Amino acid sequence: MPEYQNIFTQVQVQGTPEMGMDGTGGRLMAERAGTPGFSKLLGWFGNAQLGPINLGMLGVVSLASGIVWFVIVGLNMLSQVGWSIPEFLRQLFWLALEPPGPEYGLTIPPLNDGGWYIISSFFLLVAVMAWWARSYQLAASHKMGKHVFWAFGSAIWLFLVLGLFRPVLMGSWSEAVPYGIFPHLDWTTAFSIRYGNLYYNPFHCLSIVFLYVSVLLFAMHGGTILAVTRYGGDRELEQIVDRGTASERAALFWRWTMGFNATMEGIHRWAWWFAVLTPITGGIGILLTGTVVDNWFIWAQEHNFAPMYDGSYGYEAYGSYEAFIGREE
Amino acid sequence: MFPRWFDKWNRENPKEIYGPAIALGVVGGAVFAATMLVAFGQPYATDSLQTGPRGTGMSVPEFETDLARPDPDIDEWLASTSDPVVPQGGEALAGEARENVPPGLEGLTVENYDRLLAAMREWVGIPDLFEDPTNYQSTVGYLMIGMTQTLNEEWAGHVNANKEVGVTCYTCHRGQAVPSNVWFKISPVNENAAGWSANQNRVTMQSQYTSLPSDALEKYLLDGESINVHDLESRVAGTPGDENYASIQATERTYSLMNYVSNSLGVNCLFCHNSRAFYSASGQITPQWATEMLGIDMVLELNNTYLAPLDGVLPEHRLGPVYADAPKAACKTCHKGYQQPLQGTNVIKDWPELATVSGEPDYGN
Repeated sequence: MPEYQNIFTQVQVQGTPEMGMDGTGGRLMAERAGTPGFSKLLGWFGNAQLGPINLGMLGVVSLASGIVWFVIVGLNMLSQVGWSIPEFLRQLFWLALEPPGPEYGLTIPPLNDGGWYIISSFFLLVAVMAWWARSYQLAASHKMGKHVFWAFGSAIWLFLVLGLFRPVLMGSWSEAVPYGIFPHLDWTTAFSIRYGNLYYNPFHCLSIVFLYVSVLLFAMHGGTILAVTRYGGDRELEQIVDRGTASERAALFWRWTMGFNATMEGIHRWAWWFAVLTPITGGIGILLTGTVVDNWFIWAQEHNFAPMYDGSYGYEAYGSYEAFIGREE
Repeated sequence: MFPRWFDKWNRENPKEIYGPAIALGVVGGAVFAATMLVAFGQPYATDSLQTGPRGTGMSVPEFETDLARPDPDIDEWLASTSDPVVPQGGEALAGEARENVPPGLEGLTVENYDRLLAAMREWVGIPDLFEDPTNYQSTVGYLMIGMTQTLNEEWAGHVNANKEVGVTCYTCHRGQAVPSNVWFKISPVNENAAGWSANQNRVTMQSQYTSLPSDALEKYLLDGESINVHDLESRVAGTPGDENYASIQATERTYSLMNYVSNSLGVNCLFCHNSRAFYSASGQITPQWATEMLGIDMVLELNNTYLAPLDGVLPEHRLGPVYADAPKAACKTCHKGYQQPLQGTNVIKDWPELATVSGEPDYGN
């Protein structure tokens, strides 16, 4: 039973490195960097071969500006604790680079009051957009469809809504999300509280639905393919064009389970759309918050989907404090 | 180690034992755990106090073990209190028979004054309290007696919101000269930063160890800033930076304050709010919300009228580490983690002297 002696993948293959093809007229071979090597550890999780990488000009730009953003954020955090490394490590999850206060609107604030935030955000924007363009470029040089590019674009949509589009529409950079581990979670809570409970935002609802169904589809598809691997089901592309017993069994399993089944090709469209729609709908919900709707709970009441509950508020209606703590007179 | 025949037999009869052993261990462990749970019950059993309509999930949970253990300070309180000596008329008065009587207490009978003085010394842990009128502790003590009387008489709406309980020195001091859970101004907490970036994202007691703002107590319980952050219509005009537009940052500060209140009273959000609509105008708040609002007004008066001005009286080592400000009070200074201080023990019934600012205690005669 040698197949499952690793964590995610089948038996490790190590030999002459795969260098890929370069017969497409592109510059894939020329721009490829690094001597390929093999790692047993990597092999437990994926392909044991590491490199070469085709970083390209966009990749270099992206990494460089990403590092600039990262270093600006880190140095600001370090500066906030008085350049003390132990404090920096101790408070790391609490520290943040915050956007400017609301008094500055969309103007450029002082460096120590959000200025560094604006500068670092510019570099983060360049880094993300360059990486996005790179995902198009590499897909093009492989003569692939641009599905990964568009999927990444949907995440970038949410990123841009949070950090650029919505702050601009609101007329203030103070509405942007801080760069910090706990502080960005504080922002999320405060954002929901400030605008009257985001759970009553229908686009937030949609986003949650797409997120949860994405997870469900991922588990169903992964489970199905692993279950028919013994019949060659993991060779999905072959199964798509030349349906074999693996596809038949997988399809029958789901049809007999729930009366309906996806196809070997279509399941990937299901998964792609549900994943992509998660940030798209979420981004719409964020964009509408504070710009079009200021209190989602009241909005939900006006649209008759916030139910009212009959009954009293306050524990006096249901019991007494003295009885609860067992100190009745 | 084993006889040769055994090794031979073992070699010739290979048996996979790890699978069955693991399976037996897992199943056996589960059966054991289930048996223990049935036999001994849930080890972390909880009880909950329902605070709102069915369907809203509003309740305050507590571990039953915590509920079964009363606040240990209650016994200490009961040991320190005594029945008042009802004056029959004609007794000597403290103002004439005793020296250094704090202002306002001169009209007490000697028995009641001695009783009160002894109790106050025990409550605040200062054995020679009021012996030396030039000591700063006497000055502070005079003010604190007046503060306690004001709390009992004028803030009865908060103090006696549920029933007569009152407050005495012991409610905050618990036998210590400086009460526990006082607070000082500390913001800005970040160096090399200004404005909003400077007063949050640090582990402090004031932020309840979150990365929320560390200046919530200062802004809301000393400066008296408004805690409202919600719009009361689905769509309102306004831009961040406008005077009445609550920022994300202000919202985080209110959240920091709410965390403080919650930890001070040992309750959750649902004690006062239906968490789907936190603002009071939703109508989905409990009577405790109103008690809390009175409490906030009360703390504002305590801090601004009585406590903050003490910075000129207290010695340096009693002042705050950053701004040398006087120690200030907030919810936890009295509540100490309980919904009602000393779990609702009536501390004022034995001490009518502290229940009124009039100087004429009502002994019920």
